[in-house]
Amino acid sequence: MRLTLTAYLLLFTIGCLGQVNATSVDFDSQSITIAFSEEPPQLNSMKATDSVSIDVLSHTMEGLARYDRRGQMVPGVADRWEIDDRTATFWLNKNAKWSDGVPVTAKDFVFAWRTALDPATASEYAFILYALKNAEVINKGELPPTALAVRALDDHTLEIELERPTAYFINLTAFASYFPIREEFYKKKGERYAADASDLIYNGAFMMTEWVHGASLKLVKNPHYWNKDSISLNAINVDYITADSRSQLNLFIDGKIVHTQLDGDTYKDALSQKFRIRRFTTGVIYFQEYNHRPGRITANKNVRKAIQHVFDPHEMVNRVLATPGNLPGESLFPVWLNGVKGKFRQEYPAPRAKIDVSLARKYLENAKTELGIKEIPPLVLLVGESPTATKNAEYMQGLLKSKLGLDIKIDKQTFKQRLAKMSSGDFDMVGAGWGPDYDDVMTFGDLYASWNLNNRGRYINPEYDRLVRVAMNSSVPQVRMDAMGEMQQILFDDAVLLPTSEQGIIYLIHPKLKGVTRRVIGADPDYTYARVVK
Amino acid sequence: MSVLDFSPARRTAQIEQLTRPSLSYWQDAWIRLRKNVRAIISLYIIILLGIFTALGPVLWQVDPALQDLNQVSQPPSLPKTAILVGQYEPWKGIVIEDFPPEAIEYLEMVDAPMGLRTSDHPTTQRVRLIWNPVHGASGYNIYRNQRYPEDFNDLGLPLGGTFAGNEVSYEDRLSLESRSYYYSVVPTDGFDEYESFSVVEIIPRTSITLDEARSRGLLPEGKTIGEEVSLKFHPFGTDYLGRDIMARLMEGARVSLFIGIFAPLFYVLFGVIYGGFAGYFGGQIDALLMRFADFVVALPFLLFMILFKIAFGIGPGESGIVPMLIALVLLSWPSTARLVRGQVLKIREQGYIDAARLLGGRHHYLVLRHIIPNTIGVILVTLTFAVPFAIFTEAFLSFIGMGVAPPHPSWGSMCNEGVKTMLSHPHELIFPAVFISITVLAFNLLGDGLTEALDSRMRARE
Amino acid sequence: MIVYTLKRLLAGVITVWFIATATFIAMHQVPGDPLLNDKAVSAEIRKNLERRYGLDKPITHQYLIFLRNMLPPNPDFGISFTQQNRRVNDIIKDHFPVSAILGLLAIFFSAAGGVLFGALTAIYRNRLPDIVIMFLVILGISVPSFVFAALGQLLLVNVNSLMGYSLIPVAGWGSFTHMLMPSLVLGLGTMALLTRLMRTSMLDVVNEDYIKTARAKGLSPQRIFFKHQLRNAILPVITVLGPQIAVITTGGFIVELVFAIPGLGRYFVQAVQQLDYTVIMGTTVFYGAFLVFMVIVVDILYGFIDPRVRVQ
Repeated sequence: MRLTLTAYLLLFTIGCLGQVNATSVDFDSQSITIAFSEEPPQLNSMKATDSVSIDVLSHTMEGLARYDRRGQMVPGVADRWEIDDRTATFWLNKNAKWSDGVPVTAKDFVFAWRTALDPATASEYAFILYALKNAEVINKGELPPTALAVRALDDHTLEIELERPTAYFINLTAFASYFPIREEFYKKKGERYAADASDLIYNGAFMMTEWVHGASLKLVKNPHYWNKDSISLNAINVDYITADSRSQLNLFIDGKIVHTQLDGDTYKDALSQKFRIRRFTTGVIYFQEYNHRPGRITANKNVRKAIQHVFDPHEMVNRVLATPGNLPGESLFPVWLNGVKGKFRQEYPAPRAKIDVSLARKYLENAKTELGIKEIPPLVLLVGESPTATKNAEYMQGLLKSKLGLDIKIDKQTFKQRLAKMSSGDFDMVGAGWGPDYDDVMTFGDLYASWNLNNRGRYINPEYDRLVRVAMNSSVPQVRMDAMGEMQQILFDDAVLLPTSEQGIIYLIHPKLKGVTRRVIGADPDYTYARVVK
Repeated sequence: MSVLDFSPARRTAQIEQLTRPSLSYWQDAWIRLRKNVRAIISLYIIILLGIFTALGPVLWQVDPALQDLNQVSQPPSLPKTAILVGQYEPWKGIVIEDFPPEAIEYLEMVDAPMGLRTSDHPTTQRVRLIWNPVHGASGYNIYRNQRYPEDFNDLGLPLGGTFAGNEVSYEDRLSLESRSYYYSVVPTDGFDEYESFSVVEIIPRTSITLDEARSRGLLPEGKTIGEEVSLKFHPFGTDYLGRDIMARLMEGARVSLFIGIFAPLFYVLFGVIYGGFAGYFGGQIDALLMRFADFVVALPFLLFMILFKIAFGIGPGESGIVPMLIALVLLSWPSTARLVRGQVLKIREQGYIDAARLLGGRHHYLVLRHIIPNTIGVILVTLTFAVPFAIFTEAFLSFIGMGVAPPHPSWGSMCNEGVKTMLSHPHELIFPAVFISITVLAFNLLGDGLTEALDSRMRARE
Repeated sequence: MIVYTLKRLLAGVITVWFIATATFIAMHQVPGDPLLNDKAVSAEIRKNLERRYGLDKPITHQYLIFLRNMLPPNPDFGISFTQQNRRVNDIIKDHFPVSAILGLLAIFFSAAGGVLFGALTAIYRNRLPDIVIMFLVILGISVPSFVFAALGQLLLVNVNSLMGYSLIPVAGWGSFTHMLMPSLVLGLGTMALLTRLMRTSMLDVVNEDYIKTARAKGLSPQRIFFKHQLRNAILPVITVLGPQIAVITTGGFIVELVFAIPGLGRYFVQAVQQLDYTVIMGTTVFYGAFLVFMVIVVDILYGFIDPRVRVQ
């Protein structure tokens, strides 16, 4: 009896060990294991707004076109396309199929876009579909969704009318909100659509076969994917969900996951483990937003100019953030954006403010005279909860106090409270970040248009609005970029915002895993074309 | 032998007395406590902590909020010196005009860059690297390690790169310290790296700009660029923004000890009044009051702590200590109330209370003379054990990012910062953690000592 | 007995109602707007979102709807704000068992360890084992749990890399080995507490008359120890175990976060940060109800264990 018990215990232990000891890469089965920072909150492509959900969706779904390894647009569901100023026509690949073998048709796109724009759906990303004709009025509930000027000429031809010339329309089609959805499946699932692995249907390279909420996901190669021969990986296992960077590093060291992002706190440990560290610029720009509402101290340009002339983004990046990969923030437009021929920032260099404390103090004196006050009252700096945001705010507070004698009150709030205060204008400065939605300068440029709801500081400048319209309504690259160049100059001259850094990250990747793509827009990291080598 | 042989013995001494000086309950307890070495040491530690908190800032006059980006995350060490340098001037770098920026033909392999060196004296302000261009390269990546790289996978931190074959310089300003760095330069084809690299060892000197030295009051008369000055001394090292950890511990002590002492004081006081009231009057009032206390006890503590803390909100610039205090008081009083009620109920039934009442003692006489003195021991013990609990709660809230707002430090929030870098900068975790531990420990041991000293059962046993 | 149980249950129901109301009031006091997100939305979309979550109705109305939905036999807490296609009921159903298993194991570790170490310290009073264990206990009481969690994980990483073989996983959930370190870390504080309690209790019991009697009877020391001393000393330990269950099951956030465990605690913290009304309500009410009834169950069970406190 006792012997059997021991034997059972032994077996149990061995069983556990066997299960535990799966490694992060497996050559024979071409499978990998990764960790997510959080559970994907929303896998309905019409409503997804966060990076984790969009990452999963970009692996499992496909739009009309997609990005290749080097960021070029290549055919997705559509074989070929023609786009001019007013219309776009897409011819769909006849082999493109859903994961149950049913072909993807033009109707699936029409349905997805109409539904996303229907105000009843309440999609937060609906605005990205506004490139389509009538989209905005439909989204406001003034026209029925059927009025959308998108037609399925037949099962494999999609004709689109554009609201205005949209130079970057092809880039938009790779975005999650533009993914197709099959009407019959969507209606069958109702409220449950995208709630579980079996409540979704996939047309991308992978399909989700398991979703244990909060714990794990499993993506396997989609046997019906039209381009399945170019996909090497058979399975991507998401076995861990933790936002704790140290836990992730520990899992990596233990050989449990193939990729982990490092931060200022963990990279030194990674160095001592002799891992190859890689660097990547995410495309996100961080900045301090000012409150331009009348009556606010920060509505005064001289106050903003004073801050501009003491804040050194290089010091911020090198001494405060202190991790490689970050770039000093010098403009609202990050360095990776494309211009007319080359990079935008090379064609239109960002003006730089000289670090000059006495000049800054002069600006501040002027501000006091203009405002008719002796002392500038303490300014409120609103920040979120993340450790980096807090650290930056503390640095800012120390800097402005020591250089300008300005008192800063840090207002640290949880996510929703910070957003509420931003929307109601209850701040002087707020730490903010902006990531691109599509590959064009406009994704940053229209942020300060007076009509943009994300312009939470309410900066209103008719000249800036005019330039945004010029860039929006033209499809001539030179005209558009010239306008954006002028916008960049206005943002600097008016010190509308204080760019602090362009986010860069450092990360580790398993040496046997090749072909993982880091990208600024869409799935990041993208394992679609990855393969395990011996 | 006759009777006369006997005479009354002379009274040589007093009769043996079997009494000891009359001791009040408190004198007795104090004697007992004094015998308990651990409790007494704890008491001294608590007094020392009080002195550290109250007098520390007077003796160690360093601004806990003063940042020094020249000395970030420095471990405890002796005072350091730095070389004076001028204002940072941007560097254009070196581009070799007559060398092709892009490789003319794609090569399978290229040479490692030759002549990797610094262009001038390296300081912690900046390190400027130059090297000779490599035939076939369309760019270079620069790495930095803290030991000699063993192989291609061990180059260290990827600092950045240049994007042309004739751009042969790189300036590193990334959190430099005065230590050995091994810089590696790897040629690329513009997208992927070639597997060849060269390495150079560089030790930058600690530097401080003239302006900064002046504004920090570190500049003696007549010193100028190229000469040495001594930097501010930090006995416990510095944190992630170069702030003095000793000064921050002192300021953090105010937050942690404030929460740790005042929250228990308030809720124990409230609990005593509430429980005493209920216990003394009994009956319906008691039942009603205790039912309400049961409700509050049933609230899941940590969940409500977080919820209350946020619901009260923190305004700009506020530390958020008061909301935390209120939340703690609101949620923690019932246990004391229950305890005191029980105690009062017990005492109320004692014979001496009846006797006092029969002798005409009034309510307030009974309460002041008998009930309070007899419960105070229990209350004191509760109080000492409540202190560690409150300190831990603050630390826990800080850990999930809902503690005191920056820049106000607390031991808990310092610990939380320190945990993240515990391997690379252990001092940032160890100091606050030790302070929390010592405080919690001291109060616990004192509590134990008090329990023993005040417990009548323990007394009977000796 | 039945009347007593019924009375307790009724009081429990009222307590849960109180918890629900307190949570509702506190939550609506939290400044901020649950419907705001990184990307601003138009007024029309906002209206639709409000309708979806019933936020367009007056607050008293919302409260009544909430109470009605909460009623047994099918309490329904609605749809999560952040995970818009998951019901709060499902979230609780999926993640509470994880927290519960973790908590149970932690209780087991702390109770077993507490009794064992407590007894040891009492036997070897003021000798080396006592001093060593009490030193560890003091460490357990005075070091914050997040430090232990980080250290525990680090220990596993080092052990695994030393062995060149992943013996115990450093994070994650699934098999029994995953649970070892997190539950140990979680139970450490309680274990320290119980050890202390057990030690005092053992020392108290030694002086009781029935031990003296047993000794006088000439029972063997082993028999006295196991049959009389240990059994009686454990009673007070069991009493505090009830409330400690509450501390452990709700106190798992940190461990869940560090060890990547899909427990309910993590969801609650996230929900508060994201102001996810339905999840906050659901988790607090559920936890509250759970604890209230656990206490009742423990009280009733206690009557069976110790005849002296059997209810009248």
